[in-house]
Amino acid sequence: MTTAIQRGLAPVRAVLPNGTVVIAKHSPTTPAVTLHASVRAGSEFDRPGQPGLSHFVSRTIDRGTATRPAGRIADELDDRGVSLAITINRHAMWFVCTCLVEDLDPILALLADVVMHPIFPREEVETKRGEITTLIRQDEDNPATMAAEGLLADLYGASHPYGRRPRGSVESVETIDAAALRAFHAERFRPASLSLVLVGDVETGRAIDAAGRALGTWTGAPPAASALQAVAPAASRRVRVIPMMNKAQADIAYGFISLRRSDPGYYACWLMNNILGQYAIGGRLGDRIRERDGMAYYALSALDANVIPGPLTIRAGVSHDNVDRAMASIDEELEKFAHEGPTEKEFAESRQYLIGSMPRTLETNPGIANYLQTEEFFGLGLDYDLRVPALLNAVTRDQVLAAAGRTLVPSRATAVIAGPYAGQIR
Amino acid sequence: MVHEDVLDNGLRVLIQEMHTAPLASVWCWYRVGSKDEPAGQTGVSHWVEHMNFKGTTNIPRDRVKGIIEQFGGYWNGYTWIDQTTYTETATRDALDRMLFIEAERMTNCLYDPADCESERTVIISELQGGENDPDTLLDQELTAAAFKAHPYRNPTIGWLSDLQTMTRDDLYGYYRRHYVPNNATLVIVGDVDASDALRRVTHHFGGVPRGDIERRPHTREPEQLGERRVTVSREGTTAYLKIAYHAPAAADDDFFPMVVLDAVLTGAKGLNLWSSFRTPPPQRSARLYRALVDTGLASSVSGGVVPTLEPYLYTISLTATDGTSLDRLEEAALAELDRVRTGAVTDAEVQRAARQLRARLVFENDCITNIAHQLGYFQTIGSWRTAETLRDRINAVTREQVAAAAAGRLTPANRTVGRFEPLAPHRASVRGGDPAPAAE
Repeated sequence: MTTAIQRGLAPVRAVLPNGTVVIAKHSPTTPAVTLHASVRAGSEFDRPGQPGLSHFVSRTIDRGTATRPAGRIADELDDRGVSLAITINRHAMWFVCTCLVEDLDPILALLADVVMHPIFPREEVETKRGEITTLIRQDEDNPATMAAEGLLADLYGASHPYGRRPRGSVESVETIDAAALRAFHAERFRPASLSLVLVGDVETGRAIDAAGRALGTWTGAPPAASALQAVAPAASRRVRVIPMMNKAQADIAYGFISLRRSDPGYYACWLMNNILGQYAIGGRLGDRIRERDGMAYYALSALDANVIPGPLTIRAGVSHDNVDRAMASIDEELEKFAHEGPTEKEFAESRQYLIGSMPRTLETNPGIANYLQTEEFFGLGLDYDLRVPALLNAVTRDQVLAAAGRTLVPSRATAVIAGPYAGQIR
Repeated sequence: MVHEDVLDNGLRVLIQEMHTAPLASVWCWYRVGSKDEPAGQTGVSHWVEHMNFKGTTNIPRDRVKGIIEQFGGYWNGYTWIDQTTYTETATRDALDRMLFIEAERMTNCLYDPADCESERTVIISELQGGENDPDTLLDQELTAAAFKAHPYRNPTIGWLSDLQTMTRDDLYGYYRRHYVPNNATLVIVGDVDASDALRRVTHHFGGVPRGDIERRPHTREPEQLGERRVTVSREGTTAYLKIAYHAPAAADDDFFPMVVLDAVLTGAKGLNLWSSFRTPPPQRSARLYRALVDTGLASSVSGGVVPTLEPYLYTISLTATDGTSLDRLEEAALAELDRVRTGAVTDAEVQRAARQLRARLVFENDCITNIAHQLGYFQTIGSWRTAETLRDRINAVTREQVAAAAAGRLTPANRTVGRFEPLAPHRASVRGGDPAPAAE
């Protein structure tokens, strides 16, 4: 089945007989193609007792297939100047690369082989275990990471898929062997769990045909569906300090559980977040903490509305003697926003910005590919880019005020401060 | 095609029409960076850059926010060793607004004393945020050790004591000396008409008077006579190793052979400071990756040759895998570098590196912002025309030239070795509750 949209991005979507989704967009700007494959194999599917399993797979899956040893994969990529980035989020594993148009078929064949037939050689697994352990140790020395991961653990619980560290711990990584990696692959990597986006100077029909040749022979039943449990927002304020007295600066991560991406209130919340901590340099928070108080190089907020209600996170990096002031400033700004909402000017400007910035977001092949993959993941529809202006224009200022009133409540905030801070903040 | 003009006041204007998206990108470049700073004022170029976002005579402080966002636009700026630059990319109908902003920035910034003080702590926060990262800390120490005389030794963000003591007048004086049209290049790329764009540029900038460009006589770095070493010992979890070699300037004969050599050693990055380093290089078959990462000694390796006005550094950065000693890692890294230095680079490696670089040049020119960056960047260190010849210059590199660059540059006497030796962290208890969220 093939579906096409005639205006806007106008991608073409096809579902192969085995269930794999292929989305193609012709973009002739440069003689290159971006390939963006997403498999529903993110960290939410880590086995009990083995946090970090999905991440471990992402670091080893391209280290050998049934017909290609690791060295050959390296040569085939490097000879064409291609860097294959394999990353995970909570729900999916992403395989992203850009190649010259002339290299599309061989790179697509290689990508398909990596996705379908990895063998996880023991010696490669051991080498990568050392790298992962080092990454975890580096995270533990990074106040920004410790604060951010600490906040998610406190919001969702340290064992919930949204709360646990995506790389796992040194101890959990020790328990993961090649058999566990193969089992995870066998369980999660199925034709119906893959969506492939191709954006570049290739006609859409040819791109879909090429994808069909590379992936059409793959068989298997769909994987088990996600069984994620939503978590209720906190009822009271919680603040935790992770002392890292050897560091020069403290990082604050402060947040709430917000809403699902599919929630009808998403667009009001999107605007609220933009006004609060995004617009220009960090929205209201940037104005206050960076521009007026001069306390931080960065102060911003981020909204991660997701499959279940995701976090709304406020971040700032401040000197240890400014932690109390920065926390007080965040509290004040949230209270004010929740009470008064945005001004008419803020509301109009943010909306205009979110709509007006779309051509820039969709200028490059990687930018378009990322957008289409997100569109597919959340089931937003192929014409989503055309509908966004109307969806944002339908939001009222009162709806943004209501979203702020529901979400931005300092007495129910959770915060983690990591760094050289010895105060008694509450 | 690039249209080049120089206004009567000396402002160089580069315009390239690209009608791939309804967007325009403007970059305004100044030939001033951290190498131009006097003693006691390290970091002034970067601080001035920050101040130049804080309102002008005709853009009141409270009107800065949103001035380009209203057009769906994005703005930013950066300061480095040779240059300072400002950029906006927005819908094409914002062109006049972008030019107005840059003309105001060149002539009318306010430097309100209270804003200068407020920004002092923001920049110190930026510095301390960098110091949280052992790799950044080591890089700063390594660069200072590798240059004993040339001002490239100073970090662009400045030394803390200078940031604590510089005055508003220091900042403003520096701004007025260097922000003149005959020290600037304005670049426009995008969905514009070149002659219309030039008319608009003349309207906004034509009346700005030229200034006296004060060129400080620059110290040349004396030849290094033997290996230098620097060790940073601080609490941490991970060991880092850096090896820096004095490298050619962009205009030197062995610059492009050195770029190819870096691709052989650590994978091709491209030559766009704005975009190249955002995408990991293809490096799994690179020499140092195979010798150090595939063997489990290092968890990462990176390197980069950056085009600069004067000879800078080629720095290789390594993260030791948990449990690997720095001595062992250093020994293996130097052994592989020695093999390359003594002539083991093959034709196949050079050809692969060149193919990678050609592909990266395509990938990094995928949007008007990146293309405009390259024109302005190369103008600040020589000529924008270099940006148009990168592919040919890479194609012309021979194995012999790469071997000569390796033999001449990767010598013990030309290197500085930096080590971050982690001391066991002081384990403090974690305070606060361990809240258990409730299921919905």
